[in-house]
Amino acid sequence: MGDREAKKLLKLIGETSTSLPDDVEGALKKVLAKEPRGSSARIVLETILENTALAKASGTPLCQDTGTLSFYIDEAVKDKVTPEDVKAAVAEATKKGLLRKNCIDPVSGRSFDDNCTEYTPIIHYKSAEWRKSLGLEGTITLQLKGGGSENMSRQYSLPSTILGAARDMTGVRKCVLDAIFRAQGYGCAPGIIGVCIGGDRATGYEVAKEQLLRRLDDISPDPKLARLERWILKDANMLGIGPMGMGGKTTILGVKATARPRLPASFFVTVAYMCWACRRNSCG
Amino acid sequence: MVDLDYPFSETAVRALKAGDVVRISGTIHTGRDMLHKYFADGGEFHVDFKDGALFHCGPVVVKTTAGWRVVAAGPTTSIRENAYEPGFIRATGVRLIIGKGGMDSATLAAMQECGCVYIQAVGGAAAVAAAAVKRVSGVDFLEEFGPAEACWHFEVDGLKGIVAMDTHGKSLFTDVAKYSRRQMDILTQPMSSKGKKK
Repeated sequence: MGDREAKKLLKLIGETSTSLPDDVEGALKKVLAKEPRGSSARIVLETILENTALAKASGTPLCQDTGTLSFYIDEAVKDKVTPEDVKAAVAEATKKGLLRKNCIDPVSGRSFDDNCTEYTPIIHYKSAEWRKSLGLEGTITLQLKGGGSENMSRQYSLPSTILGAARDMTGVRKCVLDAIFRAQGYGCAPGIIGVCIGGDRATGYEVAKEQLLRRLDDISPDPKLARLERWILKDANMLGIGPMGMGGKTTILGVKATARPRLPASFFVTVAYMCWACRRNSCG
Repeated sequence: MVDLDYPFSETAVRALKAGDVVRISGTIHTGRDMLHKYFADGGEFHVDFKDGALFHCGPVVVKTTAGWRVVAAGPTTSIRENAYEPGFIRATGVRLIIGKGGMDSATLAAMQECGCVYIQAVGGAAAVAAAAVKRVSGVDFLEEFGPAEACWHFEVDGLKGIVAMDTHGKSLFTDVAKYSRRQMDILTQPMSSKGKKK
């Protein structure tokens, strides 16, 4: 990889850590107008927008939890952008304070200085078709997902007697609403929800998280899923949890759902919770 | 807007009510998962929290020739410290717990008893919080816990937050949890998808 590509990767990490995607910032501005002046919800949203502007202007991280780094790279540029190139850029960004030293060995408790190990950052090489299906531009996409939101992601197995949820779209809706209800403000509401219906346990989480790469204005091409997305979004915002769980009209900014084939014995519903600081960006 | 300056007096703290917007100035200390566990396990500890503030935060801090510089310092989720916090409040005499998401009823009871409030900082709003940090006066447990878990000592000027749990037994989070539970029951009733409009 040449110098130009190295600079491009570092720039991508910096921009992703310090700025919100325009669709997310736009959605936050829109919901701010719905909350009464002086309410906790309004104060929280005003602080979020003030923070977004300040982070961008000062080139500092939007949120101190710079999260799990997931790179999604077009397989066509695999030879030009290798895992070593990505790691070099991540190490450099960590040194510059664009990323927190955010990687801990769970057994020894040791903190890794540059966020780079055999297993981190996470790098996926994906097809151009896959990128197109999520509406991704360019050839490299980076997502930063903080731990507070990751802790709120959940997986359900249908049918569920506890939720009174059967193996149908009404049952799926109950699972997703339950996840949003349980998350309260802990995942840094207003959040964005990625859903995978079906699949096995492992791919369920992976695919639900990938749904968070879609823009908020992207609508599922499947009319049944598009209807489900709208339905859950409307209902979730009647829960009254509000920004940071302090009450209010906006709990969720968007719901993005997809489906994967399942086994006759299994029917998983996997819910990925993303905080308002939904950091994703693409380049090249 | 209520201004709170270190040292935080019991009288000032007991006068606060859930929903009050506050501006904190003076010394505050960060502490999260590892510090709480270490303290509960009886680890050696010399940071003075009496009439002080504990900030649940793992900041991004860079070392410059002029010393430490905080670039991002938003709150982390406080519920993870529920098991430790009542003991911490009683033992240290801390007056302000700053975090996000609120804490449980046992912590609320310890707050009422000792004169301590919970202040909600906006989660993710790390640049705004960092801008309020004027100076890093020191750090403990940097080697042992790593930079995100260390106990940083900040001098802040006008760190903003909302009192979410007060010394009168009121928690904004409990009200929201109750309301959303009711709405959830209405929304997921068989044959119904209508919730009560707030």
